[in-house]
Amino acid sequence: MERQEALELLTGKVANFVGLVGKVLPGDVTAKLKELSENETVPMAKMIYEFMEKNQREAAELNRPSCQDTGLIQMFVRVGTKFPYIDDLKPVLKEAVFIATKEAPLRHNAVETFDEVNTGTNTGTDAPWLYWDIIPNSDKLELDVYMAGGGCSLPGQGKTLMPGEGYEGVVKFVLDVMTSYGLNACPPLLVGVGIGTSIDSAAFMAKKALMRPVGSHNANPKAAALEDEMTAAIDSIGLGPQGLKGSKSVMGVNIENSARHPSVISCAVNVGCWSHRRGTITFNSDLSYQSSTHEGVAL
Amino acid sequence: MKKILTTPVSAEDLKDIKVGDVVYLNGHIVTCRDVAHRRLIELGRELPVDLKGGAIFHAGPIVRKIEGEEDKFEMVSVGPTTSMRMEKFEKEFIEQTGVKVIVGKGGMGPNTEAGCRENKAIHCVFPAGCAVAAATCVEEIEGAYWRDLGMPETLWVCRVKEFGPLIVSIDAEGNNIFEQNKVEFNKRKEEALEALYPKVKFIK
Repeated sequence: MERQEALELLTGKVANFVGLVGKVLPGDVTAKLKELSENETVPMAKMIYEFMEKNQREAAELNRPSCQDTGLIQMFVRVGTKFPYIDDLKPVLKEAVFIATKEAPLRHNAVETFDEVNTGTNTGTDAPWLYWDIIPNSDKLELDVYMAGGGCSLPGQGKTLMPGEGYEGVVKFVLDVMTSYGLNACPPLLVGVGIGTSIDSAAFMAKKALMRPVGSHNANPKAAALEDEMTAAIDSIGLGPQGLKGSKSVMGVNIENSARHPSVISCAVNVGCWSHRRGTITFNSDLSYQSSTHEGVAL
Repeated sequence: MKKILTTPVSAEDLKDIKVGDVVYLNGHIVTCRDVAHRRLIELGRELPVDLKGGAIFHAGPIVRKIEGEEDKFEMVSVGPTTSMRMEKFEKEFIEQTGVKVIVGKGGMGPNTEAGCRENKAIHCVFPAGCAVAAATCVEEIEGAYWRDLGMPETLWVCRVKEFGPLIVSIDAEGNNIFEQNKVEFNKRKEEALEALYPKVKFIK
């Protein structure tokens, strides 16, 4: 395959995958919503869950974005140093979003700051927003595509605490977000929490936590236990779907952590709405691919 | 039986509707969000659509041009956006436009409560994220105004049939289901935190 041809192929596949992410929720999210719906006992909440399910069915049938807010596209890129197209990847990903905007279609969600002009293409200054991770001795490309909608981006916040405030301060911070901004961010939410050494690293980890599957756990046993404890605590508030009350509140809590300076403990929250449009796809060096979130996908 | 409101809606139509009720809408609803509110209230520009007795939808849709037709659009995907962003403007907006039904996502605050109470209007929640289910209630996009604002912010005039479910969150008496729920949520949150604190003493 000629290089140019290969780049076009990769661009097209990524564009199609971006479009798909807006139409079909990942398997783990769909399964969790089904479980929440089946176990729901509050009639209004049950009605809402069933309506959500109907919406996802219609979106798939009509091949349309299931939520109109297809977000500002963010991607976590894990690229092997031996992946043959590493040098061209940034423009490829940008072009893929440009194409998906027309083809899917996606809503126009990239507004240039200061000029305050919607570019109409979902591309712009550092849009799509990319996080890079270089994988030594790998010839693969692994991408998390995430549609960061306005509603679920709004609760995002962080705070650097003094160690005296401890993890007690962290859990209070997270729960306060749940009963304020969280209510309007389309619960049941997936709650991403970052705990580390500075506000920027905590915020990054809070978003990275949302790329982990619903129901997955932190490798540290204490952090994993806290994920379950916080899930139970937020569930006991009974926010329900749309924040209109229900038996549960969240799809789960995912915590990511890093070492911290002894003088500070930074925490941040990023939430994913119930319509948590996340997709993970892995390309091999010959551009064959598979997706762990959208099994059996053909792009 | 489904409770269906038809535009133009009167104060009388809203008299017996209470928070937590589920209603549907026939007639017209216009998408109207951040900048449209700002233009009317802060910049004093006249709204290009008559909303007296009408309905607005806090929403920024995905629309698609209908091929082969002159300037016609199809509603692809339209769901509510966070209503709270319009809280700052909504009381005056209701007063100035005479809008009766406001549809959006999540709760609104005291400003909107007062606007609803004094002018006999309601705020409802359309289950957010359900944008295809909403789009299929739109029979036709009859007009599009302030298109300079781009796709999400344009005022799209939609003719709808049994648009809903609309869960009433502020009724014409100014009762607010989200504010009522919040009292309970905050109480439960405090209890949950008290139970959580002893389990997070990692710094020893």
